[in-house]
Amino acid sequence: MTERLRVQDLSVHFRSERREVQVVHDLSFTLEAGRTLALVGESGSGKSVTSLALMGLLPPPPQSRTTGSALLEGRDGADLLGIPESRRRRLRGDRIAMIFQEPLTSLNPVHSVGAQLVEAIRSHRSVSRRAAWDRAEELLDEVGIPEPAARLASFPHELSGGMRQRVMIAIALALEPDVLIADEPTTALDVTVQAQILDLLRRVQERTGMAMLFITHDFGVVADIAHRTVVMYAGRMVEAGPTEDILRRPLMPYTSGLMASVPLLETAGTGRSELATIDGFVPDPAAPPAGCAFHPRCAHNRPGRCDVPPIAVEAPAPDRSIRCARWRELAEEVR
Amino acid sequence: MTAIPDTRPKMRGARFLQSRGMRRFFRHKLAVLGLAMITLIAVACIVGPWLLPHDMLDIDIRGRFSPPLTDTYLFGTDEMGRDLAARLFMAGRVSLMVGVAAMVLSTVVGTVIGLLAGHFGGALSTALMRFTDAFLCFPQIFLLLALAAFLEPDAMMITIIIALTSWMEIARIVAAEIRSLRERDFVTAARVSGASHAWIMFRELLPNAAGPIIVAATLTVARAILIEAYVSFLGYGIQPPLPSWGNMLNNAQQYLDSAPWLAIVPGVAITLAVTSFNFIGDGLRDALDARSDMP
Repeated sequence: MTERLRVQDLSVHFRSERREVQVVHDLSFTLEAGRTLALVGESGSGKSVTSLALMGLLPPPPQSRTTGSALLEGRDGADLLGIPESRRRRLRGDRIAMIFQEPLTSLNPVHSVGAQLVEAIRSHRSVSRRAAWDRAEELLDEVGIPEPAARLASFPHELSGGMRQRVMIAIALALEPDVLIADEPTTALDVTVQAQILDLLRRVQERTGMAMLFITHDFGVVADIAHRTVVMYAGRMVEAGPTEDILRRPLMPYTSGLMASVPLLETAGTGRSELATIDGFVPDPAAPPAGCAFHPRCAHNRPGRCDVPPIAVEAPAPDRSIRCARWRELAEEVR
Repeated sequence: MTAIPDTRPKMRGARFLQSRGMRRFFRHKLAVLGLAMITLIAVACIVGPWLLPHDMLDIDIRGRFSPPLTDTYLFGTDEMGRDLAARLFMAGRVSLMVGVAAMVLSTVVGTVIGLLAGHFGGALSTALMRFTDAFLCFPQIFLLLALAAFLEPDAMMITIIIALTSWMEIARIVAAEIRSLRERDFVTAARVSGASHAWIMFRELLPNAAGPIIVAATLTVARAILIEAYVSFLGYGIQPPLPSWGNMLNNAQQYLDSAPWLAIVPGVAITLAVTSFNFIGDGLRDALDARSDMP
């Protein structure tokens, strides 16, 4: 499998009022051509910061500090974290693109959809306005917008949320990027529209072979789209592996907790459907608990085991990793 | 396909007139009145001098101080027997031109400074905004008079001086507007697709700040006309024999008892023009600043 983006030991620190707070800890993962990696976690787990760091969208030092490397493979490959802003700007939108959670506000309200697509194309390719316009029409057609030629003249406020997200996807795909980062692209949409968008992303991926980093908190979505999954908690990877394996047998109690909090239609209204929640909150990154960051919320917490640093990352299977002091015992219990 | 680029401008035009903003503007009675009044004044100033029987410099010694509606003198004559109507309209050309040109200049300067300060933030923003504050600290009228006394006060120079002393408000409005706009997702989205700073400033941010800028610019025209009138009235502005509404008042003050129309006519012109621009500005504020068209 061709590697497209190799992220190694990514750490992000934020500085606020002379204090430095680490929000992402030594995160490593690899994006492969034609595959989707899901980054899963609650709000505040550092998943969005990871995507912003990769795109170079975090505030400049000293407000934030990013270390580690993110190697973009292929023609003019580069370390996204190490190159100057001017070079990174040329790569953004061209080799690596991103779509956001809020399709409602991600389009400029004063320009037509066509103008924004044409801009995206012409900012990286020297093609004529007419050629870019034709390409824009093709793109709208590809993302399943009816009457693409007429829609090019529409303004964002004339489109529905789902349509706008399709336009955002069309803009992101305009230059056939190698890597697409999707930061909760379906969270703001209706469930039916959500399924359509996931389907669209999958189709485009099959055609272009792009690698996708999919950021979400919804295991339903993960199951639908991701080949591999990385579960994050408090800025750290806590569990990683093939999506199927993780869904079938989650090893980290946090992962099971997240999975249990997805509402299931089968049990709804049967009286047994009380939705599981994980009590408590994501810890303040300025004052993380000692040892496993999840232990204060974990039902399997054992004092003396879970609250003692460091918790090592172990590999229960060749392509899985887990950061949990008691995963072995817990796995035994289940069996 | 080929039809699309061709239909776009037309659709845009129709959209513009039917847009909620424009409908709100036309519901604003005073603004519409102001617009009509400005149009009337502008047309009168442009074509008036050609239609009147007298040139603004023709001297009729026997007809000095004719009150309005004497013979062919619509507004009467001044102390040298010159047609007041002809002078009023020529003065209107100068005053309106100075007003509009000063507005354009100060809007451009203010917008660029506000845009840079708002978009980049940090030290550049601090420096630019403190510079703006420093300019605001000068009492405008004294700065104007000092500059006008020092420099050759022709129409061009007066325009530049007025612009130099009135760009600050627009700079602050634009900076504040841009600061809030740049946090919005579409700006991040533009950065993600590799847009440059210039692109983001002029294509993404500026069009979204157009409403407040247009409102402020309209109000600046009114103020520039008023300032030109002040300065010319005090004798430092447009120099006779070229008339402006301000220096017409200056002449008129000596004859306030005997020939009050000399003061009333240009005075009414200034008042009408300034209030009309202010009404238009108010109407535009209601129409554009509400920004209910934005998602």
